[in-house]
Amino acid sequence: MGVEGIGARVARKEDKRFLTGKGRYTDDMSVPGMKYAVFVRSPHAHAKILKVDATAARGMPGVIGVLDGKQLLADGIGNLICGWMIHSKDGTPMKMGAWRPLAHETVRYVGDAVAIVVADSVAEARDAAEAVVVDYQELPVVIDASTALKAGQPQIHPEAPGNLIFDWQIGDEAATDKAMAAATHVTEVEIHNNRLSPNAMEPRAALGIYDAGDDHYTCYTTSQNPHVARLVMSAFYNVAPENKLRVIAPDVGGGFGSKIYIYPEEIVCLWASKRTGVPVKWTSDRTEAFLTDAHGRDHVSKVKMGFDANNRIIGLKVDTIANLGAYMSLFSSCVPTYLYATLLSGQYDIPAIHANVRTVYTNTAPVDAYRGAGRPEATYLLERTMETAARELGVSPAELRRANFIRSFPHQTPVIMNYDAGDYEASLNAAMQASDWNGFAVRKAEAERRGMKRGIGMSCYIEACGLAPSAAVGSLGAGVGLWESAEVRVNAVGTIEVMTGSHSHGQGHETTFAQLVADRFGVPIDSVNIVHGDTDKVQMGMGTYGSRSGAVGMSAVAKALDKVEAKAKKIAAHLMEADESDIVIENGELKVAGTDKAVPWFQMALAAYTAHNLPAGMEPGLKEGAFYDPSNFTFPAGCYICEVEVDPETGRTKIIQFVAADDFGNIINPMIVEGQVHGGIAQGIGQALLEGVHYDPSGQLLTASYMDYAMPRADDLPSFQVSTSNTPCPGNPLGVKGCGEAGAIGSPPALINAITDAIGNNALTMPATPHKVWAAINAAN
Amino acid sequence: MAKVTMTVNGRQVSGHCDDRTLLVQFIRENLGLTGTHVGCDTTQCGACVIHMDGKSVKSCSILAAQAAGSTITTIEGLAADGELHPVQAAFKANHGLQCGFCTPGMVMTAVDMIRRHQGQLDEATVRAELEGNICRCTGYHNVVKAILAAAAEMGGARVAAE
Repeated sequence: MGVEGIGARVARKEDKRFLTGKGRYTDDMSVPGMKYAVFVRSPHAHAKILKVDATAARGMPGVIGVLDGKQLLADGIGNLICGWMIHSKDGTPMKMGAWRPLAHETVRYVGDAVAIVVADSVAEARDAAEAVVVDYQELPVVIDASTALKAGQPQIHPEAPGNLIFDWQIGDEAATDKAMAAATHVTEVEIHNNRLSPNAMEPRAALGIYDAGDDHYTCYTTSQNPHVARLVMSAFYNVAPENKLRVIAPDVGGGFGSKIYIYPEEIVCLWASKRTGVPVKWTSDRTEAFLTDAHGRDHVSKVKMGFDANNRIIGLKVDTIANLGAYMSLFSSCVPTYLYATLLSGQYDIPAIHANVRTVYTNTAPVDAYRGAGRPEATYLLERTMETAARELGVSPAELRRANFIRSFPHQTPVIMNYDAGDYEASLNAAMQASDWNGFAVRKAEAERRGMKRGIGMSCYIEACGLAPSAAVGSLGAGVGLWESAEVRVNAVGTIEVMTGSHSHGQGHETTFAQLVADRFGVPIDSVNIVHGDTDKVQMGMGTYGSRSGAVGMSAVAKALDKVEAKAKKIAAHLMEADESDIVIENGELKVAGTDKAVPWFQMALAAYTAHNLPAGMEPGLKEGAFYDPSNFTFPAGCYICEVEVDPETGRTKIIQFVAADDFGNIINPMIVEGQVHGGIAQGIGQALLEGVHYDPSGQLLTASYMDYAMPRADDLPSFQVSTSNTPCPGNPLGVKGCGEAGAIGSPPALINAITDAIGNNALTMPATPHKVWAAINAAN
Repeated sequence: MAKVTMTVNGRQVSGHCDDRTLLVQFIRENLGLTGTHVGCDTTQCGACVIHMDGKSVKSCSILAAQAAGSTITTIEGLAADGELHPVQAAFKANHGLQCGFCTPGMVMTAVDMIRRHQGQLDEATVRAELEGNICRCTGYHNVVKAILAAAAEMGGARVAAE
């Protein structure tokens, strides 16, 4: 692998700028004449807008302009859309209500944008925004999805009667019902998956720059996928044609899904820049982030799992209601369907599965993908159900899982997915060994002597990553292809630039992608630059989410490297008068195998550009591009075990140990992979123990700051024990599966299984706050 | 508008700002030192931590005018002569950062933490001290490891993580 190649624990190239304050995030950008925007937002969860009066605001100090939704409509800026079409089981298309970037008739959640104020300073813009008078006629509000489906509830969009967006199903209902009827035991549970706020530490921001001379727009934005942003803003929102719109996502301070989507603010800042004639920068404050960043999760499901007399699962039936909030965000429809119900087989060989999913409008912030996106919901449902079943059947949770594992690959599940490789027993065994599972009884007895309740819980997760085969997702309703692009440019002196459509916002691509090149050509990673995040530099790309940058983005790089390698070998063979099939590349040299003949990498590159002595007919230069479209999803999997102690006096849970054993396929940089797992576990523990978005019945967000929304902090968490036992992915050239979401997917059920084991009451919902746990202990007593 | 003068990263600087201007805004907007970040509105996240007269301070929690006459170090002023400070180097070696947004505040907090404890830190103390710095990427595991490693190098830690 070499010291900097594939598999090496290389310290990150990008770290120096972040550690010295030289990172360049969107809010750090400054251009001449730039002014500052503040949005006027609805204080009501549901209301008609009768009038927007900005007369007073326009006269305030420093104000450049105040623009509202009627002006935006008059300029032809389009509605925000959801880019994945789902059909209900009756064949009707999903019922998408209109989402205006600035509402001009109706507001549907607290935080819905109504107007933009542009001023010399943020403070002056804020003062003026306070002076914009909006007359609202309040309407009735519904925030809970199950309630919103009932008769007589407020109607949120005229397009969606009864607030139902779609009523979708997957799997064979008749076969599942038949299996259930034949089951010797049926475990029934109701599963709540709590609503979360993603909370990337960098708040969203946008800088819109309109250049009247060239009739051209530039948008700096906090995006995980700047090319998708350009495509959508051009094709659907009518901001500007693609050739007149440059989107730059510079350093981005975390995403976790929340920065996939194109939000109203970037559209409005671009438009406002043209309208006002000045560059317009908007930066979210944290309360705005809580109000308007797309939330995650918010499912309620009824589950039935049927077993035969040998404790083998013979059927799984799921009925889910998913809250999508006030509007359909960009990928909101695929999260509770194809990213969720297709994973309901988990690691288990289940012959019959049926899932029904209803998605619902409510007067809350839009809900879309958050780290894991559908797969945490599937895993939590399945692994809580397995744990419950093990308790009901009186068998070890580990052995119940073991007895039901899929053991041969490829494996076709009843819910679309075709698992290509895995070894679930290996990760189960690794986690049980690392956690000393068999020694738990002794530790529990010791804890009891101290008056503490000790519990242990596990979760065996699977996820589908490497999104995704374009034709396959197209047939399922996706509005885009999910390939990735790369271009490898070898400069005349042999240094290398790699243009990628993947986007790094913490994942370390500038290092790992360079490791790929170092591994291939034996050049130092310092001679390799990874270029991303700018639509003027990288032709096209689909961005980073769904743990796709390794499996898809790097595969595109590998494919481009194949082409560079082939041409480099031709040039070297010509220079050394050898056969190109005899050329090998090692340690930065192109050598004739079995001889002492060699050409240094830089000399070959120089030859490509001087073009004085190239093979007949060869074009000068050395630059190759590739588009890679995956043939399947990838299937990372693993086993997580959590051990806790609960104080029965206070209900407080202390995590004693957290063990993760993952299968990520081949690994490029183990240090970075471990970091991804740590962060994912912390978010999963956050969901299970601390976090939850709460609206009051009038639709006011109660958890709109870090004083109200419990983010995991250093003293809430233990250090983690992580390891991998890997089966290479057969579906891509690097054998990688993806590691970005696993931690957030696998950890919540392990923790709740541990707490419920400790307290002897299975009725516990996330987040398991001390109050809830204390109440559950007392209810059990 | 008032004129505010202070010493920042060894250089005397002045600027005009509104009375309501926060120190972090003065540092970012007036001085163009954008390494100090704003991650919340409620002094909870710690992305804006700087050193004021040698002590770590959340620069969103005081006015620029209150800092007049003081000596400020921001993340840009920590590395001397292009060499990373031991805490910065430890964060890099231990992968104590991912997206980098909370990192300047984490590093400035860590430097002050190690100074106050004379390098005598253990995992529980580091975790308790980090309560005012929120990171969403790392799960704190490698941040804690990095701070303990830096403390050991700078003053000798009693207990190493892992």
